[in-house]
Amino acid sequence: MAEGRQAAARRPWVFAAFALPSLGWLLVFFLVPLGIIFLYSVGENVSLTRVETTWTLSNYARILEPEILDLALRSVRIAGLATSICLVVGFPMALVIATASPAAKPWLLLAIMLPFWTNLLIRTYALLNILGTRGRLNEALGWVHGKLHGAFELVGLERLGLLEERFTPFTFLGTETGVVIGIVYVSLPFAILPLYSALERMDRSLLEASLDLGAGQLTTFRRVLLPLALPGVVSATIITFIPALGQFLTPDLLGRGQVDMIANVIERQFKGANDWPYGAAISMILLYATFILLALRAFADARRSAARAR
Amino acid sequence: MQRIRRPLNLLRTDRRRFVQAGLAVGFSLKIPAGAFAQDGKVNFYNWDTYIGEDTLENFTGETGIQVQYDLFADNNELFAKLRNGNPGYDVIVPSNDYVERMILAEMLMEIDHDKIPNIANIDPMFTDPAFDPGRRYSLPYMWGTIGIGYRKSAVDAPPTSWSDLFVSDKYAGRIALLSEPTNVLQLAMKAAGHSLNDWTDENLAAAEAMLLAQKKNITAFAPDNGQDLLLAGEVDLAMEWNGDILQVMEEDDDIGYVLPEEGGLLWEDCLSIPVGAPNVDNAHALIDYLLGARAGADIADFIYYATPNAAALELMDETYTDNPAIFPPPAALEKSELAIFPGQEMLRKIDEAWTRVKAG
Repeated sequence: MAEGRQAAARRPWVFAAFALPSLGWLLVFFLVPLGIIFLYSVGENVSLTRVETTWTLSNYARILEPEILDLALRSVRIAGLATSICLVVGFPMALVIATASPAAKPWLLLAIMLPFWTNLLIRTYALLNILGTRGRLNEALGWVHGKLHGAFELVGLERLGLLEERFTPFTFLGTETGVVIGIVYVSLPFAILPLYSALERMDRSLLEASLDLGAGQLTTFRRVLLPLALPGVVSATIITFIPALGQFLTPDLLGRGQVDMIANVIERQFKGANDWPYGAAISMILLYATFILLALRAFADARRSAARAR
Repeated sequence: MQRIRRPLNLLRTDRRRFVQAGLAVGFSLKIPAGAFAQDGKVNFYNWDTYIGEDTLENFTGETGIQVQYDLFADNNELFAKLRNGNPGYDVIVPSNDYVERMILAEMLMEIDHDKIPNIANIDPMFTDPAFDPGRRYSLPYMWGTIGIGYRKSAVDAPPTSWSDLFVSDKYAGRIALLSEPTNVLQLAMKAAGHSLNDWTDENLAAAEAMLLAQKKNITAFAPDNGQDLLLAGEVDLAMEWNGDILQVMEEDDDIGYVLPEEGGLLWEDCLSIPVGAPNVDNAHALIDYLLGARAGADIADFIYYATPNAAALELMDETYTDNPAIFPPPAALEKSELAIFPGQEMLRKIDEAWTRVKAG
């Protein structure tokens, strides 16, 4: 790494030649469009097709309407739930991969990444199939119900009424549950990878030392493993939460249009409502929220390094 | 002894690596397709699965003009694409209320009727609509209705009123509506006895209240797959386009389509030339071809929507012309209305009402 920096100092033009295309790409395809969206958000429709930047805050003010705040709250709730589930499910999986043998590791990673390469729309449609009232999940649950019921009958417990006579399929589609399942399914690879990365870099000998010194498994997990993996957990949270907040496809398809989230409102502004300034304003709010989270994280990181340096 | 690993130093480059990197960057760039204007070409932007199987091939065979065929999913996508300037399309296919919108926004070019002799084929019913008097900016392509698709064995009689979907709880949990705010609110207004173009604040508020009250009985707001839900047995009543229901009627005899007594929504998809089209003459040639009797019949036969082309209609057989889902009985048709563009102000109110319905 130090050699690289030295080389950069010795040959600034070579460094620039490599850096310029990437920086140019970032500028033209990211920063400039973002700037345009910002200008839209403080602008107004002056005709059916033109927006003028009048530096008005009326679009931001519209966000304070009760229905928007309701939707924002619902989005935070659903995204938060999905993120928590991703962390709880993803942490053991990341641990397994991190502690797997070097031969097994790439295969396990592939198993996590492969569904991720399939188009989001197709994966969501697959879930439609699985979560329907006559879908695979209900089929499986019905089978379990049948077996349990049979077992109870055998033992003579069916009169206790613990289990219904007939299995009523659960409704997943059109409810928040279905949407959360969809978001978890789609976001799990995003959660596992940073966790895996942090767990892999962790010094195993610290765990061994903790166990040797008499701490039980649970205490070691709580007081040694988790704190060491914390940067990974924070990354995983941010990488999962922010896109989950901006989901509109999953609520539309799996929520059957009944579980709108904030991004559905944004989508409508750019399409049917033809109100790009308003849509841009809501998008910018999500962006500001992201920036604040990232800034907080950078701040926490800086404080931690400062503490360590002392 | 420990092996010392030399770190890869990309900056200590050599000519070979530099050339490789340069080629990689070069191949990732692409010269835009429209950079060179071409003779004998036309750029056609149409709905998905909305043309005959061989129509465009036959057109190229007859005229020698190559067709660049692109697809869009709905009117909003079309409008959004063209909003900030025409990216190079010659012929587009907006619906009637979007034709109105685009005329207002001055996005459409006047069509030279002299270059389109097949205009004579158009049924007189379509030659002078309110949304484009004299057909200066658009020519009709296909038309149809939005009505109710239903499962015959699940209802005692075919639904006769929009209130079965919007008010009654007879079919609770077995109803699908469309997800386009304007369409749903228009038909809610019809259910309340108003014209679907009567956009007043009171009517909008009443429609919103009706939907909020009915929301618990509605299974899904389906973007364009209401017919799939009907086919799969997830719903028994679906507010849908007639063509979509026709598709599933082919697969399942138990499915029917009906226009309720209040009438449904009448729509018309039109061929237009956007301002800034690079190949205006070829655009006229394509439109003229699509309005021909043979081409019209081929298209109608394949996509099974109603054709406004009287000459093409003569070439079709009774399974098409007598199909009540394609050509509704006059009584129902009379009460069905073409949508008008509500205006930008009302669009905002519609969106806010819809957000309240969805959030509630």
